[in-house]
Amino acid sequence: MEKFTRITSIAAPLLENAIDTDIIFPARFLLLLDREGLGKYAFNEWRGEGFVLDTPPYDTAQILVTGENFGTGSSREQAVWTLADKGIRCVVARSFGEIFYSNCFKNGVLPVRLTGADMDAVEAAAEAQEPLTVDLEDRCIRLPDGRTIAFDIADHHRRALLAGLDEVGTILADHAESIARHEERRRASAPWLDLPQAKLDALAEESA
Amino acid sequence: MTGRTLYDKIWEQHVVADFEGGDNLLYVDRHLVQEVSSPQAFAYLRQNNLPLRRPDLHIAVADHAVPTRRKGHPFADGLAKRQVERLRENVETHGIAYMPMNGDRHGIVHVIGPETGFTLPGCTLVCGDSHTSTHGAFGCIAFGIGASECASVFATQTIRQARQKTMRVNLDGGLPVGVTVKDVILALIAEIGTGGGVGYAIEYAGSTIRDLSMEARMTLCNMTIEAGSRVGMVAPDETTFTYLKGRPLSPEGEMWERAVAAWSDLKSDEDAVFDREITFDTSTLEPQVSWGTTPEQTGAISGVVPDPDRIADRGRASRVRKSLAYMGLTPGTRLNDIPVDRVFIGSCTNGRLEDLRAAAAVLKGRQVAQSVRAIAVPGSAAVRIAAEAEGLHEVFLAAGFEWRDSGCSMCVAMNDDRLEEGERCASTSNRNFEGRQGKGGRTHLMSPQMAAAAAVTGRLSDVRELL
Repeated sequence: MEKFTRITSIAAPLLENAIDTDIIFPARFLLLLDREGLGKYAFNEWRGEGFVLDTPPYDTAQILVTGENFGTGSSREQAVWTLADKGIRCVVARSFGEIFYSNCFKNGVLPVRLTGADMDAVEAAAEAQEPLTVDLEDRCIRLPDGRTIAFDIADHHRRALLAGLDEVGTILADHAESIARHEERRRASAPWLDLPQAKLDALAEESA
Repeated sequence: MTGRTLYDKIWEQHVVADFEGGDNLLYVDRHLVQEVSSPQAFAYLRQNNLPLRRPDLHIAVADHAVPTRRKGHPFADGLAKRQVERLRENVETHGIAYMPMNGDRHGIVHVIGPETGFTLPGCTLVCGDSHTSTHGAFGCIAFGIGASECASVFATQTIRQARQKTMRVNLDGGLPVGVTVKDVILALIAEIGTGGGVGYAIEYAGSTIRDLSMEARMTLCNMTIEAGSRVGMVAPDETTFTYLKGRPLSPEGEMWERAVAAWSDLKSDEDAVFDREITFDTSTLEPQVSWGTTPEQTGAISGVVPDPDRIADRGRASRVRKSLAYMGLTPGTRLNDIPVDRVFIGSCTNGRLEDLRAAAAVLKGRQVAQSVRAIAVPGSAAVRIAAEAEGLHEVFLAAGFEWRDSGCSMCVAMNDDRLEEGERCASTSNRNFEGRQGKGGRTHLMSPQMAAAAAVTGRLSDVRELL
């Protein structure tokens, strides 16, 4: 995963609420099997003249500034892949859809939640086409006029982005024994949760 | 010590490890695999040369991309065909049980999980699909995950998660005639908003719940994600056990007795404290329809399209204005004057036997309006077979509906069933997002009987006038 430490870029203002995953990445493109090259489908139905990400200088923005509940809707990780492939490394919003938010951290994209005057300042800077610096080490956004806006982020999310960590690899390295022990316990306390292979085979066979 | 909630009890039973900062490594008892969110997760195993740890805790089915006209029709969409074939190859490689498209066990993941007894009370269940919240109807912790998390479940049978806050929604007062649980959840979302549940696991309780069938509880939990919450739950009871007994993957004999004894303890303690608690009186509800492009933009069928100029909040007003432009609606229009072109009855929200029965009761002896094209899509092959056994297909066909094979169909525009630009649809699905049912398509969400009423009259209609 690509690391995230600090970026400086202008920020594209897409100041609407509840932009859902079907807008970010329309369902018909979910038929594509690879995760590379999805950037061209981002916001597909909204693209073209007048759309902020097609309007220079915002077409090269690495930061997206948006409203409440960004990424609400489906679990499709393509909604993050498409933004990342388009070069968006940071999304600043008043709030996020939950699954979208957690998907960001698996893909080197930093979601930042801001509200009130802090968000107003970032929106104003975005609309004025002023460059912002998003500094994950210091957990802040720096505005060109010298103001610094702090943001909250869970420690492990921050560390994962800073190091470009692969979560699955870490779990296997650190917790393989605990997982095996849990399975032992489960077998004793809730044995019905283990599915006999014969039942699964019968089900698949019955289906055929 | 204060009591614990149902969610907390199940969560604590599944913690494998604690992380600094409060996250847990959570064991996953069940993983439903489908074609859309799995190819990249299987690719992760390949790239890292990792085995799939517990294939016996997975079942797989292709539902999103499959055509629903199958017998005698070729698989027309090359991309969709390739995606379904890729799933089949992947599950064969890793030894996962697979329900093929033309088999009697095929269906939407969220219909066949419960139907096969794969979904059980007290378990943790995930799927790369946000409507996984459906399974919480059985008193388990079930939630949608992204593709990277699917890879984590494949390789480790665990995922790292933060525990949610808890919210109890008390539904009291019972359901008036013509009002269903779909109307309840739509009205609830209209009240608390699509962000209202973010960060919470919701447990539904109250007198209205206890009388609901498993199908209705599934509809309720299914739509919980549209309130922003990944988890919706109902404590298991006799209704749950009766539904599960004798299912192919349900425990049997002595194991069944043991399981039921354990499941009977799965409820929130009397003195459990929830982070948020709301009470919602269902006794005076009217049938609901959505008029906008987010599920919270919903109102009673007796109402009118709202006027954004009369909404004080600027953000909300602007969103309403944009939604109405997309929907081609004028403020002040009576909702029951809005004509529809298409009707869709189906999906993981309302594609079960009880839903088809409710729609058929309205359609019996009536005809679909001439201007309307209507399809009924059973959520699974088992639902279709059961519906045909009681003659429901004849009611649909006689009324002028098309009767299809199982799949996600017109809920999501990634198979052959979709709206054309500008078409307006009365739909029993879960999302009215822009383009959700096809580019430029306009969706009105409602219950199965309300969709049947719209099919008959050719406009959004109050089903109570037809009962």
